[in-house]
Amino acid sequence: MSKRHLNCGYVPLVDSAPLIIARELKFASDEGLELNLLRQPSWAALRDLLALGHLDAAHMLSPMPIAMTLGLSGVKCRIDAPMVLSVNGDVFGVSSDLSARMRANGWSGAFQDPLGTAAHLMSAATGPLRVGVPFPFSMHRLLFEYWFAGIDTGVPEFEIITTPPPLMADKVGQGELDMFVVGEPWGSVAVDRGAGELILPGRAIWAVSPEKVLGLRHDWVEENPEVTGRLMRAIYRAADWLDTPDNQPLACEILSRSEHLDLPHEAIDRALSGNIVTRPGAPAQPVPGFLKFQRGAATFPWRSQAAWISAQIARIHGLVPKQTIAEGQSVFRPDLYRQHLGGAGVDLPGASAKVEGAMRNRTAVASRHGHMILAADAFFDGQIFDF
Amino acid sequence: MNMNLKILVVEPDASRAEEISQALREGGWANVTVLANTGGLSQGLSETDPDLVLIDLANPSRDLLEQVSAASDAKRRPVAMFVDQSDDDMTKAAMAAGLSAYVVGNMQADRIKPVLKTAIARFQVMSQMRTELDAAKQALADRKTIDRAKGVLMRARGLNEEDAYNLLRKTAMDKGRKLIDVAEALVTAADMLE
Repeated sequence: MSKRHLNCGYVPLVDSAPLIIARELKFASDEGLELNLLRQPSWAALRDLLALGHLDAAHMLSPMPIAMTLGLSGVKCRIDAPMVLSVNGDVFGVSSDLSARMRANGWSGAFQDPLGTAAHLMSAATGPLRVGVPFPFSMHRLLFEYWFAGIDTGVPEFEIITTPPPLMADKVGQGELDMFVVGEPWGSVAVDRGAGELILPGRAIWAVSPEKVLGLRHDWVEENPEVTGRLMRAIYRAADWLDTPDNQPLACEILSRSEHLDLPHEAIDRALSGNIVTRPGAPAQPVPGFLKFQRGAATFPWRSQAAWISAQIARIHGLVPKQTIAEGQSVFRPDLYRQHLGGAGVDLPGASAKVEGAMRNRTAVASRHGHMILAADAFFDGQIFDF
Repeated sequence: MNMNLKILVVEPDASRAEEISQALREGGWANVTVLANTGGLSQGLSETDPDLVLIDLANPSRDLLEQVSAASDAKRRPVAMFVDQSDDDMTKAAMAAGLSAYVVGNMQADRIKPVLKTAIARFQVMSQMRTELDAAKQALADRKTIDRAKGVLMRARGLNEEDAYNLLRKTAMDKGRKLIDVAEALVTAADMLE
């Protein structure tokens, strides 16, 4: 049987791993697919090529398909996100200058204390914070703005400055950014170059945030239901393989040797193992759940997650929340997940939406196979979102 | 037609930048500024205050422009990707040529389209040249590999050059593979055995 070729766009980050593993370990091939992995120079290029049909599928920042569907980013185009490719994995960092001032004011260098670190950050900031994020529609930005809105101190203003991740360390080093939020390996790169210090993992703000999703044009999904299912199964198997602890050394080896990433072994290892070095010379700090691909139902596209993203976009861009949430949450497609993965023996939660932020610990919920364990999803400030 | 558009071309390669601006000048648009250093993109935008920004689709700094286009800051004029959504063909032509464009402010489509048509035509020529150059480079690399494979066969089997080449070609035909693939496999295997 000849294989169906799919053009699949991605940005070379550690969390593009499910696509690379699906190809390299032949999970895609087993489904009769040939994944042409096409590295993209920017999120904007990836977005435009997907919208215009040059790409069939894409590794996307989770707010991107929602922004495209709402017509806020590039050509208005309805995009479906039938599964999440990864949860968490972002880091917050500050310039070495700023961290030195924070330490002078008594900051301990704690890595997982969003409230305490915020207070020290505010007292050390001398003016509006210039904050680098990879893209205007990114979980990085949403987490930062949510955190900032939730901390009650004599808040200096901030300015969001879009910065391509490979340039983040340089811009921080050159004093053009005071802070940055970025995915691995680029946070570690800033540390290794002595440009900055990491102050928080993204999951300290929201314990399980959908970071990257699989993006497909809605029309393409309608025309290719069967291929959509094959692609989703191949990626699910890759995600499952990646989250099996015994496979981690091999995963690291495959990813670092892969022509698709071009990243050094140790950079990949830190993200996959969740052992994060926050400043030069310091021992690595373990961050449980730093970056997850499948465990805790990570791949399931909860409508409530899309609703939360839409609510934040509405707040930042001054849109009517109710309307934005209604349109935005339909981008995540748990129905497709059930349809295509349910038949493949993947366990399915009973509900397609949850009360975001309600689970402070891992929690068992009803599922098709009896029960399944969901990861904790609490927000740093204890807020609960019932959309 | 009003030709007083301020056009900013973002292109680090000096000769490409000159080609684009020359084509635009020939088309009658004299007010063309080139920004080579994409590091200073935000500053370049505020200094030149352009009506239209042209940038290579593959330029890694494109996300910086997205920032400006998504800015809700009232001090900045809105920027949108040029795409007049009713004109899908033009969008596709631009994409295929590797061009992306951002329109600043509420510029009328009939003022923008002629510029874009000119730029698209120039980008098409340039991307064709680039493809041909890539093909030439690849052909050169392939020839080196095939020469090395011939050398391996000549040493190992005591063949002359022509017979070595014929053996490679026959093997490729028998196996239904490309000549270059067989040559690469042979060179890799020979390297491993050394």
